[in-house]
Amino acid sequence: MSKLYTFLKYFFITFWTVFVVAPFLWAVSTSFKDFQSVNSKVTYIPWLDFEPTLEGWRVLIKSPAKGGVDIVEPYFNSIFVTCTASLISIVLGTLAAYALSRFTFKAGFVRNNDITFFFISQRIMPPIVLSIPFFIFLSTIGLLDSLLGLVVVYIVLLMPIAVWIMVDFFNRVPKELDETALIDGCNPYQAFYKVVLPNSIPGLIVAGMFCIIFGWIDFFFAFILTFTEVQLLPVKVVALNSSITPWWSLSASALVSVAPLIIVAFIVERYLSKGNLSGALK
Amino acid sequence: MNLIGEKISYKPDEQFHLNDVSFNFKKGNLYTILGRTLSGKTTLLKTIAGLLNPDQGSISFEEKDFIKIPVWERNVAMVYQQFINYPHLNVYENITFPLEQRKLSPEQIKKDVDEALKTVGLVGFENRKIQELSGGQQQRVALARSLAKKAKILLLDEPLVNLDYKLREQLREEFKRIFSEGLSQDTILIYSTTDPQEVMELNGEVIVLDEGRVLQKGPAKEIFENPSNLKVAEISNDPPMNVLKGSKNSKNLNFENISLEIPNHFKNLEDKDYNFGIRASEIKLDENGEQFEIELAEISGSETLLHLKRGNSKIIALIEEVMNFKIHEKVKINFNANKFYAFSEDEKLVSSPYGGTNG
Repeated sequence: MSKLYTFLKYFFITFWTVFVVAPFLWAVSTSFKDFQSVNSKVTYIPWLDFEPTLEGWRVLIKSPAKGGVDIVEPYFNSIFVTCTASLISIVLGTLAAYALSRFTFKAGFVRNNDITFFFISQRIMPPIVLSIPFFIFLSTIGLLDSLLGLVVVYIVLLMPIAVWIMVDFFNRVPKELDETALIDGCNPYQAFYKVVLPNSIPGLIVAGMFCIIFGWIDFFFAFILTFTEVQLLPVKVVALNSSITPWWSLSASALVSVAPLIIVAFIVERYLSKGNLSGALK
Repeated sequence: MNLIGEKISYKPDEQFHLNDVSFNFKKGNLYTILGRTLSGKTTLLKTIAGLLNPDQGSISFEEKDFIKIPVWERNVAMVYQQFINYPHLNVYENITFPLEQRKLSPEQIKKDVDEALKTVGLVGFENRKIQELSGGQQQRVALARSLAKKAKILLLDEPLVNLDYKLREQLREEFKRIFSEGLSQDTILIYSTTDPQEVMELNGEVIVLDEGRVLQKGPAKEIFENPSNLKVAEISNDPPMNVLKGSKNSKNLNFENISLEIPNHFKNLEDKDYNFGIRASEIKLDENGEQFEIELAEISGSETLLHLKRGNSKIIALIEEVMNFKIHEKVKINFNANKFYAFSEDEKLVSSPYGGTNG
């Protein structure tokens, strides 16, 4: 029984790993091919099946004037927009979440839970519902096709995630911890940043990771709210796919655009296992 | 110069958490607040600490209006029943935290912390993480943090309730020593608990709370010997004092078809109906006694608790040895009539074996 279990376990792990990793390997291999090796017949292994070339990668940093696609600028645009919007969302979202977790709000029929739900409801709506209002809003304030405009829109998209995760996290930090800090001579702000915040690092990391992922992979708003001045990476990558698809540079740019998320995941995973709070607060 | 509370009420929802509570706590004394869970003990301590503001009433300390002073300027210390420490700091940093907050000199901090660590017996644990400590040790850290502050008001909210039996006994002994050695004469110590035994052992002034109301105040011995009413008698005994509805006539005490000779301290009582109270420990097994049926028998430590029934009365007897009984078995027991309490039908104390009455 246990042998069968072990066999099945490894079988499925192997199956899943192949399922997930194969497209990556395929993309890696394709990114080193030229027109000939992609279109003539199926080829897998460099040097045996085909002669590898760096052309697919070189075009990515060449300017369009020289026949390149230049994803360097969109790349930094994406990094700027994602990081700025994530940072602002985390800062504001954490403060909002702490208030929602610790204080009682009453405004007419609105209570804490209603406010929390309001934040989350921003994510429940299909993004397409928001596209026209956002378009009109940005064009009115003159931020259409600009980095700043995208940052504003992404904050609206990312802050609910931060609020949602952090409310849940703060609710699990006992109120007595803040109270002890107050009794020990902290005013409410000191209690927050000297005691509550240092104990919330795992939650902040999780919230930050989700913000970065959702910000980085968004295609829809980046596509609708920009034209020529500003381009974000996902739009640029998809735009490569024109009349003749350059599979080699498309693969290379896809790999480059996934790389930051993989790095983030590796860093975060170490932190998450380190910051185990559950044992500390009984 | 005392901590004085007058007519404090707190009613955040439908129910009173505190209802017209007044107190006068003097420096250098130990006060215990005895009450069941949800009786308002924690609320009272939080109100004194400043974490809650009462709806009505006033608190003053050293002739200043305490309610106007925010928590962080009140110079109180509090130990919670949950083991609350700062998980991101080690033991030493946990204890220095309030001292650094007050910006004391490094030499002073070191001196105070070392002293507190010595008092609670955690020397050598300075660099441990909180998560690496046992529950008892965590509570010691919390206590050390409170002691090192040298606060003028020290609040302990059921500090032993989440510890296991052995550790509770051990820490209780230590608390008595710490309270007599580690505290200055300026400190007001307020200790809340559900456990009557803790109250008796700490032997301070007692306030009995129930449903947010003060039922009785007085020295521990007085509460134990002369509980002012039936509620206090139940709260201040573990197991709660047994209540038997009955009556007295010129010859006997009668309840559940049992007649007892009138004890001396009942001689002057009017002949009428009473609630008789008798402690579980004053009921003995006796071949010539009255027959009761066993509903439940539980062994706790070296004692056996018998839940007994006869007619409409249910009582608990505490037998000081380990014995095995079957459920529904009949046993014969004997009441020590000299230890009977009499409460009137509206549950006020009328006569106690220790001579107290409640006019």
